[in-house]
Amino acid sequence: MEFFIQQLTNGLAVGGIYALIALGYTMVYGVMKLINFAHGELFALGAYVGYSLLVTFDLAGALGPAAAIGLTIVMVLGLVGLAGHLLERAAYRPLRHSDRLAAVVSALGASIFLQNAIMLKWGARHRAYGADLLPNVTVHFAGQSYPLIRLLVFLAAVLVMTALYAFIHRTRLGLAIRAAAIDQGAAKLMGIDVRSVIAVVFVIGPALGGLAGLLVGLYYGQIDFSMGQLYGLKAFTAAIIGGIGNIPGAMVGGLLLGLVEALGAAYVSVAWKDALAFVVLIMILVVRPTGLLPERVAEKL
Amino acid sequence: MNGAARDSGLAGEASGLSRLAWLAGAALFLSLPSLFKAVGLSSGAYWLDVLNNVGLYTVLALSLNVILGLAGMFHMGHAAFFAVGAYVTAILNLNAGWSIFAAMPVAGLAAGLFAAAVAWPIIHLRGDYLLIVTIGIVEIIRIALTNDIFGLTGGPNGLVGIARPSLFGLKISRPQHFFYLIWLMVGATMLLFHWLENSRFGRALKFIKADAVAAEGMGVNVTRYKLMAFVVGAAWAGMAGTIFAARLRTISPESFNFGESVTLFTIVILGGSGSQRGALLGSFLVMGLPELFRGFQDKRLLVFGAALVIMMIFRPEGLLPPKAAKYALPEPWAGRHGPGGPGGPEEGAWPGGPGTGPGQADGSGRDEADGSGRDEADGRPAATGAEGSRAAPGGPSPFADGPA
Repeated sequence: MEFFIQQLTNGLAVGGIYALIALGYTMVYGVMKLINFAHGELFALGAYVGYSLLVTFDLAGALGPAAAIGLTIVMVLGLVGLAGHLLERAAYRPLRHSDRLAAVVSALGASIFLQNAIMLKWGARHRAYGADLLPNVTVHFAGQSYPLIRLLVFLAAVLVMTALYAFIHRTRLGLAIRAAAIDQGAAKLMGIDVRSVIAVVFVIGPALGGLAGLLVGLYYGQIDFSMGQLYGLKAFTAAIIGGIGNIPGAMVGGLLLGLVEALGAAYVSVAWKDALAFVVLIMILVVRPTGLLPERVAEKL
Repeated sequence: MNGAARDSGLAGEASGLSRLAWLAGAALFLSLPSLFKAVGLSSGAYWLDVLNNVGLYTVLALSLNVILGLAGMFHMGHAAFFAVGAYVTAILNLNAGWSIFAAMPVAGLAAGLFAAAVAWPIIHLRGDYLLIVTIGIVEIIRIALTNDIFGLTGGPNGLVGIARPSLFGLKISRPQHFFYLIWLMVGATMLLFHWLENSRFGRALKFIKADAVAAEGMGVNVTRYKLMAFVVGAAWAGMAGTIFAARLRTISPESFNFGESVTLFTIVILGGSGSQRGALLGSFLVMGLPELFRGFQDKRLLVFGAALVIMMIFRPEGLLPPKAAKYALPEPWAGRHGPGGPGGPEEGAWPGGPGTGPGQADGSGRDEADGSGRDEADGRPAATGAEGSRAAPGGPSPFADGPA
């Protein structure tokens, strides 16, 4: 039972990270119907920006752990958001009215570019956040002890998702995003500046992905330049499982995937862990071709 | 369209001159091995290897083109079928002592059957959902191979010591041998798929790509044709896998990862989805060109990524998009388009071009699902325009109300 609960909480933390990345995929897809293949790389960028701030500049030594993490989070959100915005300007905006596959290849090119840029900047080797970066605290609850960081990662993910959900459903800008996601043309006729909606989405999504990268660095303590590919694929899978274009769907899909992976690795086979996500994906799509919580799209005639 | 108009190669009715140019180019290309030798190019073997790689990827891209380019299914998992072919070849050769060429059809068959089995439950998925599932299939295959599934695949190290192929007593071992083998396969593939593209099967696939609902309405069995496209493309990729295994003599799961699938996908879209010449050019650009920039070392891929973005921005429809499909027209219309002045007829067989042609000619408005409006959005006016007109009964056919 103890083992099970440990795996369960680990799965929730990893799932929270997947969900955060999946939000970026799903928001961009919702508005632009584009799979942002470079999103995984923006996630990795977040991990590396965090590494630079926390390890190279040793913010924790200068400010103390809490303030350092706070400042790092703000910086990661800002810088990766900016990178996402630049990416949209350079690689996607010129292709907004082109064939969708052209945008897909442009996204793949941007992904290759970013991955190699990260490698050239930070090197091809693993980078370690360092074990003594955060005080090693464990929390005792119901007769079990958990590492504090696991709890924090999960809480951070839930907090951010709740805030995003509120933003999308309670503000005028959120309303504009939802409108643009349903019908860009009609949204324009209603006076919504679709271009700036896309720009906003391309700041929020990457910023959340970058935050997820920072959380992975803090949680596992180790990052490498190609981490974006696997995490990106898994998170994209999560977004599809939940029903792409749908924000609660991304959260559900991410958490589900994290749980399946953690429990699968524990009880089925570690070697097949990475395949499990895709097996689940295929099984779900065979039964529900548009995911668990699909966006409502009428089949165009 | 200009590029397409200038040189018409395998596809379309080439004027005598350009056909001659193609032949000359092909002859020159095929004499490259002896040319390298004659000028004493010390890195000749290396460049032949590069060209062999380009050729192999051309075959793979052409096979992917059936699924992605013709049928329009977002398939980013072609490396899975390639892997099945390569591993079946290696297993038959190493465990049962089959010769490479005997294993080739079996490899193709196995890849085709595998494709039928995995595609069958997912064939109805819409665009991006299909994309992620095909990515998932590649990953599952790679992980299965790494985990030594059935105890046959050798785990992460793969299979080593695959035999050289031999043909009529000639052992195919040196790069120039493979050069001829691979490029002959490229030629055969182009001819076969060119024929396939213009067959009933190919027309059905293009119709499905243009409008699956309309195709279904016209009695095309969409599911069956989509499955067939998967099987044909996969079988051919499987046979390319045979050549791949025989050339390297060692195969391992990492040769068939997600990145390979992305490379093939990129080649097809960059070259021009649905275009054979595009697949050829794309293979040269993606597999060959980076070799010229070996000097840049680690910045090579950085430049490649940026170049990909830039090329798509300037040529969103690919570098050599497919030319207009042309079909013989019934009598009253047959005289309207000449027998192939250079570049003339392909902008549309209808007087006034595709924009004004079908749409206005069909003033009755009977044809809801006609090609014209949709085609312009596609950016390929002539291609689907001609097709839609052929297929849709209410379109500008002689049986309609006729042009105003």
